[in-house]
Amino acid sequence: MSQNNTYYHPEDLKKFGNIGEFQPDLAKKFFDYYGSVFADGALSAKEKSLIALAVAHVVQCPYCIDAYTTDTLEKGATEEQLWEAIHVGAAIRGGASLVHSVQALNKVKELGI
Amino acid sequence: MKSLLARGSELASPKEQLRILSEVSSRKGLPLFEEKLQEIGSFPLRPTGIDILQVNVGKLCNQSCKHCHVDAAPDRKEVMSKETMQECLVALASPNITTLDITGGAPEMNPNFKWFVEEASKLGKKILVRCNLTIVLAGEKYRGLPEFFAKHRVEVISSLPYFQKRRTDAQRGEGVFDRSVQALQKLNEIGYGIPGSGLILNLVYNPGGAFLPGGQSTLESDFKRELKQHFGVEFNSLFALTNMPISRFLEFLLESGNLDSYLEKLVTTFNPSAAAGVMCRNTLSVGWDGSLYDCDFNQMLDMQLEGEVTKISDFNQASLDARAIRLEQHCYGCTAGAGSSCGGSLA
Repeated sequence: MSQNNTYYHPEDLKKFGNIGEFQPDLAKKFFDYYGSVFADGALSAKEKSLIALAVAHVVQCPYCIDAYTTDTLEKGATEEQLWEAIHVGAAIRGGASLVHSVQALNKVKELGI
Repeated sequence: MKSLLARGSELASPKEQLRILSEVSSRKGLPLFEEKLQEIGSFPLRPTGIDILQVNVGKLCNQSCKHCHVDAAPDRKEVMSKETMQECLVALASPNITTLDITGGAPEMNPNFKWFVEEASKLGKKILVRCNLTIVLAGEKYRGLPEFFAKHRVEVISSLPYFQKRRTDAQRGEGVFDRSVQALQKLNEIGYGIPGSGLILNLVYNPGGAFLPGGQSTLESDFKRELKQHFGVEFNSLFALTNMPISRFLEFLLESGNLDSYLEKLVTTFNPSAAAGVMCRNTLSVGWDGSLYDCDFNQMLDMQLEGEVTKISDFNQASLDARAIRLEQHCYGCTAGAGSSCGGSLA
């Protein structure tokens, strides 16, 4: 499949800012909010970047994974920190599936003699 | 790793490096650096004076780091002569110049290094040495270096790309991290980096790949915590430097397919406030053969000073102050993000 026939292009990450082309006011509100969220606060910008990397894996956003892998490295995170963050995301994602098995468990017990 | 020169690489040629940067810029539609300065009213870029004389005393080094902008290595033979050092000292005596910044290669491998420091010390100037740390453990010849530095109150500035072994060794060579830590411990033992000693030990961080350095103060906190906790090492300040897309780092960018995106990132993160404080405005750079440059990067790209004064033997402050600083696309490396200079972030 040629690149033109795929939905995701690495080059498109740089065009994220262009999403305001047809609705600039809402885009501005989003980017202002986004900027504030990732600024140093009660959590450091580096900690927020690691959280973003974990979430990027959970929502499986290739643009976000690209951006926040780079960002965490730029903020001086170690490879161990990157992977622990990714595992946190994976654990929550896996746990979210498994915790629903309580419903299955309840149903099994409900149906059983 | 051998130098680009020893390997007969085309990238050993400054012209070829500049051609590649120009070709990528043109293909990607990136603006010229001087156009960016025009936009902010800073072109032509002029010096603010000469506070720092940065002398590159040679390309000979005991290490060969993957990102080295000098292409320094054990196979390089260029070293500054004692006569040229004498000419540097004459210029250094100028009352406006406050600081001598000695760099290389491993500057300590120049046979006249100690003499140069002693003579500069007599002039009462602040002396900085860009020490790669492992040279301190490179044999009997260099064993007394920490004490020598302390005797002359030399400020030691040492590269340590990361506070962990893997990333440091990947960039600077196998075993470099462990030896660097030993050297830091040695420097700490005689007071370097210890509060109140007056002996300054600063570290230099640069990214281990095709990304920019993040916030300098956060990195400094991380380095201080990790080095103290795991190795008992202390230091004064951390300078975060951007890797310049020239020489061996340019080779890495080309081979890894990162050149286009790295150059684009440098351009898109151009910071006008960093541009106002670039080191070429208050520094004069001297090459091993006495040639003059606006900075160490221009030196490695063979971009000699504009104007009549091109050798340290012809040093003339007024003439040098009137020059325009030479600019090419690599200059984006100093103005990206928080900015980058030999003294760390600019903004």
